[in-house]
Amino acid sequence: MTSPRRSLRAKQTRRSPLLTALTALMLIYSLVPLVWLVINASKTQEGLFTSFGLWFDGDFALLRNIHDTLTYDNGVFVRWLLNTLLYVVLGAGGATALATLGGYALAKFDFPGKRGVFAVVIGAVAVPGTALAVPTFLMFSKLGLTNTPWAVIIPSLISPFGLYLMWTFAASAIPGELLEAARVDGAGELRTFVRICMPLLAPGIVTVALFTMVATWNNYFLPLIMLKDPDWYPLTLGLNAWNDQAATAGGQAIFHLVITGSLLTILPLLAAFLFLQRYWQSGLAAGGVKD
Amino acid sequence: MTVLAPPTITRTGQTAPRPARRRRSWTGWAFVGPFMTVFAFVFVAPIAYAIYLSVFRTRLIGGTSFVGLENYQQVFTDPQFWSATWRVTLFLLVQVPIMLILALLIALAIDSGRLYGKAFFRVAVFMPYAVPAVVATLMWGFMYGSRFGLVGNINDTFGISLPDPLSPDLVLASIGNIVTWEFVGYNMLIFYSALQVVPKSLYEAAELDGASQFQVIRAIKLPAIRGALLIATIFSIIGSFQLFNEPSILQSLAPNAITTYFTPNMYAYSLSFSGQQYNYSATVAIVMGILTMIVAYAVQLRGTRKDR
Repeated sequence: MTSPRRSLRAKQTRRSPLLTALTALMLIYSLVPLVWLVINASKTQEGLFTSFGLWFDGDFALLRNIHDTLTYDNGVFVRWLLNTLLYVVLGAGGATALATLGGYALAKFDFPGKRGVFAVVIGAVAVPGTALAVPTFLMFSKLGLTNTPWAVIIPSLISPFGLYLMWTFAASAIPGELLEAARVDGAGELRTFVRICMPLLAPGIVTVALFTMVATWNNYFLPLIMLKDPDWYPLTLGLNAWNDQAATAGGQAIFHLVITGSLLTILPLLAAFLFLQRYWQSGLAAGGVKD
Repeated sequence: MTVLAPPTITRTGQTAPRPARRRRSWTGWAFVGPFMTVFAFVFVAPIAYAIYLSVFRTRLIGGTSFVGLENYQQVFTDPQFWSATWRVTLFLLVQVPIMLILALLIALAIDSGRLYGKAFFRVAVFMPYAVPAVVATLMWGFMYGSRFGLVGNINDTFGISLPDPLSPDLVLASIGNIVTWEFVGYNMLIFYSALQVVPKSLYEAAELDGASQFQVIRAIKLPAIRGALLIATIFSIIGSFQLFNEPSILQSLAPNAITTYFTPNMYAYSLSFSGQQYNYSATVAIVMGILTMIVAYAVQLRGTRKDR
C-alpha cells in the first residue's frame, strides 16, 4: 500500500548511524527481557540462584526443563496448552467471523438501525472491560456457565476493535460496483460474500484474527474469575498458579518451570506475528488507523 | 490492560467510512445480526445487571433489600476506593505520556527512512505486545527480584544495594515500566501506520521549500497523525484505569507493597471474590466505568477542538 512513496523517498534519504544507535536503545529495552527469558529457561532451579542473569549457567538444562515442564504434575501444562488452543480457536475464530460479517454489513449495506448499531458498539468500547467482569461472572454463574470453557469462550467472541477494523477495511477494499455487478448477475448475498468479498478482505481478516488471537491467548482476567478448576485453566492462569506455588505452605518452588513454561507460551504468538507480518501490517495500515 | 485496541471511538460521524448508497433493506442484519446477538449477551446484559445489582444491598440479617443510591454514596466516601483511584490517576499522568512519547519518537525515526534495518526495528519493538501480561509481569518481576533477578546480580557484582523495585515506594513505577514495555511497540505501530498514509506530495512540497526534517515533523507529520495520537491516548487512559493484571500478578512477589485495593479494579475484584460483596463491587465497577468515560470523553473533546 505504501510502495510509491517508498521508492520515491529511498533515493534521497541518507541513513543515519546516530539515529540508528539511539533507536537501538529502545530495541535493547524491548528485547532484553526476552533474551533473559531464553537464557534462564536453560537453567536449573539451583542455577537460577547461583548464576548471572544475562548469561548461561555451566549446566545447559533447556531440553531437560522443556521435558520437565511438559511432564510436571502428569502433564498439566499440555492440558493447559490444549485448553488455550480451544479458547483461541473457538473464541478468536468466532470473534473474527462475527467481526468480518458485521464489518462487511456496516460497510456495504444500508439497513434500519445501522446508526444505532454504530452508537452502541462505539459506546461499548469506552466501557472498561473489567467493569463488566463481575456482573458477567454473576450472570454466568446464575446460568451455570462458570467453570466451563463457555465462560471463557463466549465473552471472547466480541471484539469491537475487530468490528471497526473490518468495517473500515471492507469500505475501502470492496468496490461498490463489484457488488452491484454480482447482484445484477443474480448471485445470492451469501455467495457474493463468500466468493467475491472474502478474498478481498483477506488481509483484514488475518489482522483481526491475529489481534483477537493475541487477546484470547493472553487473556488472564476473564478466566481468572470464571474458572476454579485447574483442569480448564489456560496457560496464563496455569503459569501464575505455578509461580504462586512457591509461596504456599509446603509448595515446591518451580521457578525454572515457570520460566521455561513462559517461553513455550510466547513462542507460538511470536512465530505467528513474524510469519504473517506482511498481512497484518498491510491490514493495519489500510484499515485500522487511517483517519 | 487488555482492551488497548486501536481506533474506534473518536470522531464518531467523521471517520465513519461512507456506506455504499443503496436501497435500505434488512439484508444487512443477516450479516451484523450474529455479532449484535452475542454483543447483547456479553455487553448489554451485564451492564444492565450491574446497574440492577448496584441499587440493592445484602445484609447478614434481613437479606437483600433495595437501597437506592446508598451504595453510590458509600463509594464516594470510601477511602480505599479513592486511594486506588488516585493511584491509577498518578499512573496515567506519568506512564501514559512517557509511553506515548517514546512510541512517537520511534515511529518518527522508523518513518524517517534514516535507520539501518528499519523493518527489523519495527517488528522487534512491537514483539512485546505478543507477550501475555502474565509472562511479561513474571519476567520483569523475576528480573526486579533481589534473589535471582538482575537487580540482585548488579548488587552482588558491584557490592552496592540498589533500591528494591518491589518496595512500596517504587512498585508503581516498576509496574509502569512493565506496562510501557508491553505497549510501547503497539502504540508505535499505530503511529507508524498513520504516518504511512500521509500523502507524499506534502513531503515533496516541503522539500522544495527547503524545510528541515524537524519542520516537516512539526508542520506535516504531527498534524497528520493527530487522530491516531488522540486514539492512542484515549485507549491508554482506559487501559490505565483498568490496571489489574500486572499488580495482581506481582502481588505474590511483592505482597507488602501491593494491597488488595491497589487499583480500583483490584478493589472491585477482591470485594467480589474475597468479600462476597457483590452489590458494592458492582457499584465500584460502574463508578469506575463512568469516571473512565468522563475522562476519555474530555480528552476527546479537547483533542478534536484543536483540530479546528
